[in-house]
Amino acid sequence: MSAVITQPTHSHYESNEADNFLISSKGVLSWALTLDHKRIGLMYLVGVMSAFFLAGILALVLRTELMTPDQWFLTTQQYNQVFTLHGAIMVFLFIIPSVPAALGNFLVPVMLGAKDVAFPRLNLGSFYLWVSGAIFFLSAMLYTGLDTGWTFYTPYSTQTRGPVVAATMGVFVLGFSSIFTGLNFIVTINTMRPPGMSWFKMPLFLWATYATSIIQVLATPVLGITVLLLAAERVFHIGIFDPQFNGDPVVFQHFFWFYSHPAVYIMILPGMGIISELMSVHCHKSIFGYRFIAYSSIAIALFGFLVWGHHMFTSGMAEVTTIVFSALTFTVSIPSAIKVFNWLATMYKGTVQLNTPMCYALSFIFLFTIGGLTGLWLGALSTDRHLHDTYFVVAHFHYVMVGGTLVGFLGGIFHWWPKMTGKMFNDFWGIVSCWFVFVGFNLTFLPQFVMGSRGMPRRYARYLPEFQEMHQMSTVGAYLLGLGLFIALGVLFHSLRRGKKAPPNPWGAATLEWQCASPPPYYNFETPPTVNDPYDYTPLVYRDAERGWEYVQPVTASKHVSHS
Amino acid sequence: MSLYGFPLLLAERSSERAPGSSYWFPPQASTFAQDVDSLYMYIMYISAFFFVLIVVAMVWFSLKYRRRPGYEGDSTALHNNALEILWTVIPTIIVVWIFAKGVFGYMDMMTPPAATIDVNVTARKWAWTFQYPNGAISTELHVPIHKASRMRMRSEDALHAFYVPAFRCKADIVPGRVTNLWFEPILEGTFDLFCAEYCGDEHSNMITTVTVHSEEDYAKWLADAAKPPTDIEAHGLWLYERMGCKSCHSMEPNKKIVGPSFAGTFGTEQKAAGGAAILVDAGYIRESILEPQKKIRDGYQGASQMPSFQGKLKDNEILALTAFIEALKDGKLTDEELGKNEDKPADSKQ
Repeated sequence: MSAVITQPTHSHYESNEADNFLISSKGVLSWALTLDHKRIGLMYLVGVMSAFFLAGILALVLRTELMTPDQWFLTTQQYNQVFTLHGAIMVFLFIIPSVPAALGNFLVPVMLGAKDVAFPRLNLGSFYLWVSGAIFFLSAMLYTGLDTGWTFYTPYSTQTRGPVVAATMGVFVLGFSSIFTGLNFIVTINTMRPPGMSWFKMPLFLWATYATSIIQVLATPVLGITVLLLAAERVFHIGIFDPQFNGDPVVFQHFFWFYSHPAVYIMILPGMGIISELMSVHCHKSIFGYRFIAYSSIAIALFGFLVWGHHMFTSGMAEVTTIVFSALTFTVSIPSAIKVFNWLATMYKGTVQLNTPMCYALSFIFLFTIGGLTGLWLGALSTDRHLHDTYFVVAHFHYVMVGGTLVGFLGGIFHWWPKMTGKMFNDFWGIVSCWFVFVGFNLTFLPQFVMGSRGMPRRYARYLPEFQEMHQMSTVGAYLLGLGLFIALGVLFHSLRRGKKAPPNPWGAATLEWQCASPPPYYNFETPPTVNDPYDYTPLVYRDAERGWEYVQPVTASKHVSHS
Repeated sequence: MSLYGFPLLLAERSSERAPGSSYWFPPQASTFAQDVDSLYMYIMYISAFFFVLIVVAMVWFSLKYRRRPGYEGDSTALHNNALEILWTVIPTIIVVWIFAKGVFGYMDMMTPPAATIDVNVTARKWAWTFQYPNGAISTELHVPIHKASRMRMRSEDALHAFYVPAFRCKADIVPGRVTNLWFEPILEGTFDLFCAEYCGDEHSNMITTVTVHSEEDYAKWLADAAKPPTDIEAHGLWLYERMGCKSCHSMEPNKKIVGPSFAGTFGTEQKAAGGAAILVDAGYIRESILEPQKKIRDGYQGASQMPSFQGKLKDNEILALTAFIEALKDGKLTDEELGKNEDKPADSKQ
């Protein structure tokens, strides 16, 4: 803590409209070759949202086919291809890059008060790796139709006629994109924190991003090796995974989940980081138990490496191994519980603003709690024997990945939208979209828990008629959820054309990104911003819709006030 | 159901659940069921408690502390180590208890009693075969009540999983390994048996049933099932249903499941994949059973996953299948022509 400022930092930018990063340089090439982390973040955002749109449509196709127990319009083969595409696109092209690559790219440097990430060229490179991986992956799958499921389980994946090799190469390339992004963030957060921002004065979103990046860097190479071995097995029959050539299919599962379980935390940790920011800002109260939330992110990242075996409880692992994995799996539930309780305590005696981002944050807590608690059934070995590979599992991981990550991501988009675009959105319709998403989501996936307990296996194109009612409820829910997402999209597009101009700090947040203009100039900050407590709201005062929240007293002075 | 069948979205088949089902579960038909269900319900109560606690707090806080004129929040409550320890330790104790309950149940499932009835289970795309101690083979599982049965399971191709919801037990079947699974039925009746691990095109049709008999009925069924029909064509049909042929070859003319239909092909000339002609005769059928990849008919190249039956079918059985296919050359057969009335095995499909 050094400089004492008497002027709010953002007031400098009223006159520098032309420096706005969106319009400071023009032309396609100024975007395609940009090194600006904010532009790269926005390009990622467009990319991942396109992937999400495609995979979302596929989800509706699946749910529509499942209106009837027998064939309606998809053959079993087509159904298998569609669910493979849905899962693979959602996981590899949407959820994994969603928060870290899109929001993370935009936010990490501005939250640090920095100009850019540590390696801007590497950053652009990982975006193009993502694009080429995505094109490779999609064209391979659309060309002949991959039907292995997103998990590529052997030996089916070494036998099937689908384009397994091409798809795995796509995954390989995408993996490098993810590794480079993670590496970039680790170096950025380690070396570019401004003077005064010690580890425990970092916004929690950065803790979450840091934990995520560690997983990306450490786990993704294993996925790369696994898919290379799979391709080699398929082409050269090297005999690692295929029992026909003395391989072992269970080994593939170990390799695959050694990455793909930590990948679940690549998906959910950034979502948790977003919620930590949203809960604090929109309750206008410092986050409760900062250190516990920060440490729990790291704990989740570490424990997350040790629990992959719970995907394989019925796979024929040794009994001792199975029991050890069950024990380890339960350990990871504790840090998640700690986070939820701390978020709730943050609301206590706060000033809760029920706007769109906050509604999404509350939805996150509701849905993630269900997702987390239903993990208890699956972690316990005897109940898992019954529920494994049923719709119960489908519902469980959708509650975590959609109810958690996607809802958190949407909350984050609404929260930082004014910063990214300089436009305010219509809050009423934002809240309406949140309600549709919330109700639609629960209607889609709650019946699936019941179906799973009743014994409906997953990945079934046809099913027994006794499950039809539940499937139909689920399908109706999926359409409501889809409608909610379209409303959300409409709200965002509407704001681009008609939205009011956003003030630098519309929510009264204290993290550094709100101290530069909305949208930020291409250089982010003219002078390095003063670092203060990221969750101390006492020196902020609301002026009006045009000016938003402003600091009324020197930041350093306020610290003494708040801590006295 | 065609696209035009939209008004008929409600089930055309019976949608009733098996007798003995509760809201959450299928019937409790094995000794494991009670234990699994009670742990399930315990976790449900614990989860419901915490869930309600969290949601009530969330809703209450967001109403009580909502931003409104004249209300000012108090931002002094920022950390409380006692509280943090409390909500770390209590969930930890609870999950340890759940873990232990789960392990005890699991060990029961993994430890068969000394005396079991051993059934060899073969899973292949997309059919089940069950072979009993007396050599009988069936496509639906039959077990006696109150006796421990052990499944010794292997797969001929991809991963499969044996799953009987009413027994609450499941295990993957891994090619190259023999997986064991045991259960003791406690309820007579017929229950669904699913493949629960994705295995390709017809995964969702890899469904059969398990019938739990009284002890006397089981003995009678077992004795009957071991006898093949004497009529050669009926013997062919009997094999067709047991050896997995029917999951890929239909008995209706021109109906392609995966491989070519058996009906209306015998004696005809077909185009081979390379362009040469194939005469479908006894020799070709024999060759296709023993070396399926040797001559593939045009249009079926993509479906060339048929395993060889070398060593699995005896000569007289190949002859019986040939006679069966020959009898199908003019299309469908009546039951009478197939000699179904004599020596009908107890479990053959009607």
